[in-house]
Amino acid sequence: MEMTTKTVLLCGVGGQGTILAADLLAAACLAAGLDVKVSEIHGMAQRGGSVTTVVRMGGAVQSMVSDPGAADVVVAFETTEALRNLPQLAEGGTLIVNDMAIKPLPVLTGAASMPPRAREDLAAAGALLVPAAALARAAGNPKCANVVLVGALSATLGIPAEVWERVVAERVPAHTVEANLAALAAGRTFMDAGIGA
Amino acid sequence: MELMSGNEAIAQGAWEAGCTIGVAYPGTPSTETLEAFGRKEGVYAEWCVNEKVALEVGVGASAAGARVLATMKHVGVNVAADPLFTAAYTGVGGGLVILAADDPGMYSSQNEQDSHYYARAAAVPCLDPADSAEALRFAREAFDLSERFDVPVMLRSSVRISHTKTPVEPGERTERPLVPYEKNPAKWVMMPAFAKPRRAVQLERIDALSAWAEECPYNEVVRRGSDVGVVCAGAAYQHVAEGLPEASVFKLGLTWPLPAAALADFADSVERLYVVEEGSTYLADAVRACGIAVSEPPCPLPRAGELSPGLVRTAFGGAPLPHAPAAEGLPARPPALCPGCPHRLVFKELARMRAIVTGDIGCYTLGALPPLAAMDTTVDMGASVSMAHGFELALAGTEHRPVVAVIGDSTFAHSGLSSLISTVYNRGAGTVCVLDNRTTAMTGRQGNPFNGVTLQGRPSRELHIEAVVAAIGVEDVRTVDPNDAAAVRAALKEATATDDISVIVFRSPCVLLERKAGRPYWVNGSCTACGACATLGCPAIARDESGVASIDTGLCIGCGQCAQYCRFNAIVLE
Repeated sequence: MEMTTKTVLLCGVGGQGTILAADLLAAACLAAGLDVKVSEIHGMAQRGGSVTTVVRMGGAVQSMVSDPGAADVVVAFETTEALRNLPQLAEGGTLIVNDMAIKPLPVLTGAASMPPRAREDLAAAGALLVPAAALARAAGNPKCANVVLVGALSATLGIPAEVWERVVAERVPAHTVEANLAALAAGRTFMDAGIGA
Repeated sequence: MELMSGNEAIAQGAWEAGCTIGVAYPGTPSTETLEAFGRKEGVYAEWCVNEKVALEVGVGASAAGARVLATMKHVGVNVAADPLFTAAYTGVGGGLVILAADDPGMYSSQNEQDSHYYARAAAVPCLDPADSAEALRFAREAFDLSERFDVPVMLRSSVRISHTKTPVEPGERTERPLVPYEKNPAKWVMMPAFAKPRRAVQLERIDALSAWAEECPYNEVVRRGSDVGVVCAGAAYQHVAEGLPEASVFKLGLTWPLPAAALADFADSVERLYVVEEGSTYLADAVRACGIAVSEPPCPLPRAGELSPGLVRTAFGGAPLPHAPAAEGLPARPPALCPGCPHRLVFKELARMRAIVTGDIGCYTLGALPPLAAMDTTVDMGASVSMAHGFELALAGTEHRPVVAVIGDSTFAHSGLSSLISTVYNRGAGTVCVLDNRTTAMTGRQGNPFNGVTLQGRPSRELHIEAVVAAIGVEDVRTVDPNDAAAVRAALKEATATDDISVIVFRSPCVLLERKAGRPYWVNGSCTACGACATLGCPAIARDESGVASIDTGLCIGCGQCAQYCRFNAIVLE
């Protein structure tokens, strides 16, 4: 598969499953014959802090990090983190956002407040807000929300749907394959409808 | 092809090279290397109490003829520096490869330092992979290099090499018999009479390595334009290749010693020569020391932190990519102690008593952040105990707040124990809290001597903190359940009231060890919005606009810590 280097930035809150989603994306890229690099951060930030993982793919990928304005796709697992990472998005890039807000500790303790118009600001930035939790529940397992987001992402990169299905089926626990494939399809369908709309 | 992180690739390369022994103390971003190595067939791998011990075990195993991999984070090299510098005199038996994983940008470290300086200072060759395929190859071939030049070899990575997955082609293992050990004091007993001749051997070796560097297969010239030439290595090479596509590049795979003649030829082939590196001037200084003029980019590169293609491009006059401005007024999202974390109440009580708290390295360093904000210092592994002694010395004879050290179980084994022995020996005062959560939590729950878990699951012997502490002469030793607020408060009050050294062992397992959640608590109608529960900094507790508390039952694990701080009985079990 021919492709100039593309950059996907996944962001969210430590523990949300961004790393698994990035691994699925990377496996799909490799299966599609692309060079790929996945750069993630371990350690202290994982304790509920902001996390980002960068996946870059193409014919021959050099750098493993992104720059402001360089991410062709931003997949945000949480709305505040989506706003935080807006500068990363390339002009004309795709912004996929899990329609879910998680309050950080400074908000929980009353030292700070949540952005008042997060959904509106994200919509103005062209975000597609994905009700990932509801779609995952409908697919049979509420824990598959991250795979719903992977499904939405899968609609944007030109990698065939069957490659994604194979990669997901190979990498999730056997008893969750059905729900994960349904979650993948739900995300992809939602994204296709959103792009068409 | 398969995807491997740089750390996994280094483990694979070492395994392919017939390395049989791996030693380490865990530390981000190096940790997964030895974990991956330990999962392979036909190898022995162990967590040591610290990096100095690990490297010494490694030097011993190498002397006995085995190929050995020792891994550590950059600050671990500080701890291991003592054996490193003299192992560079003795040389090796079987190949000895040391991974030094740097953390430019300080994602999970107390400083950023450049391990190249250690390679140069100790005069051990240093290899810098730029992706996982190179990490695998360099690791595999570093053992040959180590044996060929009779010297330990440093493999230097950074967080973006160690923690980036890129495609690799794994190969087969070549078994290596032990290099026969023969007694040879002139090589292995580094007393002056033998060390002086070994110093001469080292100097000859430096000359031989410098000559070899000129045709080293790990260095590569990528010819593009002739205006700009860039010398770089590791992750910086990838940023340069992308950010300056017109530049010719001298990509160093061997970053010590440098190929002075080859670099001079390269410099002659371009109009201007630049050096691009992350948060350091090691390479630029070393290239200048070869007698080569190094130019500065039109806009200076950042002097600290990581680089990126965009930072390199803009330093050389390129325009930044158009992008949205940073959103204003967003709440920060710092990491936090987990719901149910057994460290939480210790910090809450230390904050209440307004103690001077000398802290240490681990998850519990998060106790420094608001709302707990109960830590005064954090410097390095084990420093909590020794710095507390220093505080006590300086404040002796003055009216001062109680001085309390907090240190985790693994950090206590790493180097806190020797600090405590020194305090006891010198009749120091103060209180030392060992936060024993039964694991090395921050780096991913590794074993240590105080939980008796070993890297490959071999039977072990669990050391008993209270017994060890009593044996070194601490008379006031107590064990406390850190989830019991009244017990924590009483223990701290009693221990800090005495003029002698006291040790409190707060023992309760990390909530990530078993991930068992009990019934969650909830907030009933008695909440008066006093805010006491929110001062615990638990991610499961929130307050609404009027200050009334609520508990996220999805996050609450039912530890009951908060209920002990509610004077209105508003926090109850479902």
